[in-house]
Amino acid sequence: MANNKEVRETYYESIIKQGYSRRDFMKFATYIAAYMGLENSMVGQVAKSLESTYRVPVIWEHFQECTCCSESFIRSDHPIVADIILDKISLDYTLTLMAASGHQAEAAKQSTMEKYKGEYILCVEGSVPMGDDGNYCCIGGRSAKDLLIEAAAGAKAIIAWGSCASNGCVQAAKPNPTNATPIHKIIKNKPIIRVPGCPPIGEVMAGVIVHLVTFGRLPELDRLGRPKAFYAKRVHDSCYRRPYYDAGLFAETFDDQNAKDGYCLYKLGCKGPMTYNSCGTIKWNNGVSYPIQSGHGCIGCSEDSFWDNGPFYERLAKVPGIHAEGLADDIGKVGAGVLAGGLAVHAIAANISKRKELKSRINRGKSNEKDIDS
Amino acid sequence: MADRIVVDPVTRIEGHLRIEAEIKDGKIVDAFSSSTMVRGIEEIVKGRDPRDVWAFVQRTCGVCTTVHALTSVRAVEDALGIAVPPNAEMVRNIMEGALYMHDHTVHFYHLHALDWVDVVNALKADPQKTSELAQSISSWPKSSPGYFSDIKKRITKFVESGQLGIFANGYWGHPQMKLPAEVNLMAVAHYLEALEWQKEIVKVHTIFGGKNPHPNYLVGGMACAINTENPGGINAERLAMVKTLLDEGKRFIEQVYIPDLLAIASFYKDWGAIGKGFGNYMSYGDFPTNGYADQSSFKFPQGIILNRDLSKVVDVNHRSSDEIKEFVNNSWYDNYAEGKDTGRHPWEGETNIKYSGPKPPYEHLNVEEKYSFIKTPRWKGMPMEVGPLARLLVGYARGNKEIQESVNAALGQLNVPVDALFSTLGRTAARGIETQLVANWTMEFYDTLIRNIKNGDERMANTENWEPSTWPAEAKGVGYMEAPRGALAHWIRIKDGKTANYQQVVPSTWNASPRDPKGIRSAYESCLIGTPVADPELPLEIIRTIHSFDPCIACAVHLYDEHGKHISKVSNVGSCEI
Repeated sequence: MANNKEVRETYYESIIKQGYSRRDFMKFATYIAAYMGLENSMVGQVAKSLESTYRVPVIWEHFQECTCCSESFIRSDHPIVADIILDKISLDYTLTLMAASGHQAEAAKQSTMEKYKGEYILCVEGSVPMGDDGNYCCIGGRSAKDLLIEAAAGAKAIIAWGSCASNGCVQAAKPNPTNATPIHKIIKNKPIIRVPGCPPIGEVMAGVIVHLVTFGRLPELDRLGRPKAFYAKRVHDSCYRRPYYDAGLFAETFDDQNAKDGYCLYKLGCKGPMTYNSCGTIKWNNGVSYPIQSGHGCIGCSEDSFWDNGPFYERLAKVPGIHAEGLADDIGKVGAGVLAGGLAVHAIAANISKRKELKSRINRGKSNEKDIDS
Repeated sequence: MADRIVVDPVTRIEGHLRIEAEIKDGKIVDAFSSSTMVRGIEEIVKGRDPRDVWAFVQRTCGVCTTVHALTSVRAVEDALGIAVPPNAEMVRNIMEGALYMHDHTVHFYHLHALDWVDVVNALKADPQKTSELAQSISSWPKSSPGYFSDIKKRITKFVESGQLGIFANGYWGHPQMKLPAEVNLMAVAHYLEALEWQKEIVKVHTIFGGKNPHPNYLVGGMACAINTENPGGINAERLAMVKTLLDEGKRFIEQVYIPDLLAIASFYKDWGAIGKGFGNYMSYGDFPTNGYADQSSFKFPQGIILNRDLSKVVDVNHRSSDEIKEFVNNSWYDNYAEGKDTGRHPWEGETNIKYSGPKPPYEHLNVEEKYSFIKTPRWKGMPMEVGPLARLLVGYARGNKEIQESVNAALGQLNVPVDALFSTLGRTAARGIETQLVANWTMEFYDTLIRNIKNGDERMANTENWEPSTWPAEAKGVGYMEAPRGALAHWIRIKDGKTANYQQVVPSTWNASPRDPKGIRSAYESCLIGTPVADPELPLEIIRTIHSFDPCIACAVHLYDEHGKHISKVSNVGSCEI
């Protein structure tokens, strides 16, 4: 592997060398700008950045995981994104994708860690079992904990891919038999970007890594270390079924008429109101759909301890940050003075009228359809 | 003198698998397979709502995503006596079919092909001749001299850059690489095309399950309600997209994957005599067309073949306490109360993790003692190989015309006898043959779904027994399927509306497990015996046989000399670690 600094290429050089055109490159820059939520005017800056930035070595570790993050990553839709990340970034170590044998693979990792001390990016997929002295996950005869501490020491920054690395995910659910532990609880002295989700959306993963290597700095993070560009809003906030929620129109059971009509899935346990993620905006697999659009409530897979926040099909007792608005069942309670005050009453009245309007629109639509049929 | 090879970590797989093999006179004389990671998912689902369990166990594997979810909802439905509507059965079949199409194709090109295809040698190819070759075996449109010339240029620049990325340190120039340069170039071109293609076919899962990896399932059916008159449900636009994706997927398999497979296999016929193993094959059967309870309606029949005897097929019964049992004599779990060498039927199974291996960092495992986190399942005390080959052999022996014709056609094209199937080559060929079959069936499932809807049946979920108040105080069930990697089953016990016990026996448990109390090897260990290894520093042959199983385990093989000195490590595989 030619990792000497002298022969390292910029992204632009690399892309052109791979046979892509300048036009492809600009398209890629545009996509990246869009993924990062940047304005159109920023495209030039992204392109300039890619033209002049050197390739950053990346080490990708796999611990207690199911490889869904890697799989999601290669689904990232724009072809050049996949190519860049598979071939054009210096992805020096990843068990899932590399052709090399273990000995040479381990050697490549060691060499990257030495040569690029303080420069490389460490990606971690999976949690680290801290129980029983780390015996529950060994690679090449070494414990995951040992490997993580070693690789983290020389890393410029760490990306904790997915819920496993960000919050422990399924293996950390009660009773957490192996004491599965997220990365930030083990490594304290490095910047860590948490990219939760089971898995995270492919385009979000591409967006995060490209931000890092393009601008050479971390994206803006929230207090939980998540990139604001992708985790600032609840799934509920961008849900296309939100008007039904506001109007108090809910699917009561799976496959009932309301479910068929695409009503809100809140009563079937949807965790959208407490889940911060981009599913409603970026959607999945090139924007084809997302869980709610396909009729199943959000299970909250990007939230800490989401496995223990269930059961999945039990509705949320309380929607954080939202009052009683639109909850048909609560209206009686509110009326009885549980939530008094003019504001609440106003909200309820507004919701009732919204609900009425929506219903009348639906009925109008139905009668129009009948007219067309006859 | 026997050398010991260790491969750890094995790459291009899911999970953490380690293989230690002993070599004498250029051949493997003994082998040990070990998984070195555990999470305890079976323990975690205890006490949970059975309707939630599919999501937990789905996270067993993100590569063959969906299979554990489907098996889990089937187990719960079996326990509670829930029959899913025909539409849900078809949607599940279509999703499973799409998974086969995706998973097998990705395995062939991205996980297995680099064991047979020499990327660097492709630079010597003549694009004109490559085009003639491609056009002689397929009508796939991307086959002009110009196309292959562009690919060659792209690879040349790539290699000249000195930064080979994931292609660095491959087995390029190994004496076991036997393809002509033109076949190598064609295969590399298709490697790149398949990488693009794989993002598309999974969109079938996104439409019905909301996302991929890890689409959503539902006890009682599927959550994607049908409403042909509303944008909120599965309507004509969504269904048309599914059809397009399946058509395109099928076309790629027929025009690219299958011709490539046959072209490459024709240069490696000697591998039809390597990697034989013990010769017992098991299939649970799958793809119901008249309800999961009616096994006779399955597209893949169930059954067991013993000692390669295709004249007889034995039935398999998941419920009988005398048939399937799991042993922990060589696994890092507490021994059962009845003793170390006893087995338990999964309904009585337990998972009490107790690591007793060497303390890391270690050079090698003590294979005289327990040496893996994988348990050892046996059918009536016998080891079973599971996977595409087992499915086709069972179908073949059952006299299934469709399966017989497909298998015979491939054997005829390669001009090899039926015996050649019992091998590394046979496993790899079987995977391709069944991908084509499943792609055809998936179109049938789609047509059935459309016909049902057209006839006015829009049901997608049976919610009669949704509420735990309708359940018996105690119930037990088994869910099974044929995952792309082989026979998969989950056993559940439900008590007072909660999961009382849960056990998963996955394909890699059958294939990759350590030896049983009688010292009998499971499939990986058995199939490596007798495999020639020309160069212990580059044990490509081990990787070929292990990859022919498509291990869903991160797999590791290390080499040691007679003093236990580490010679080399080879990285290349993945696993479903529970």
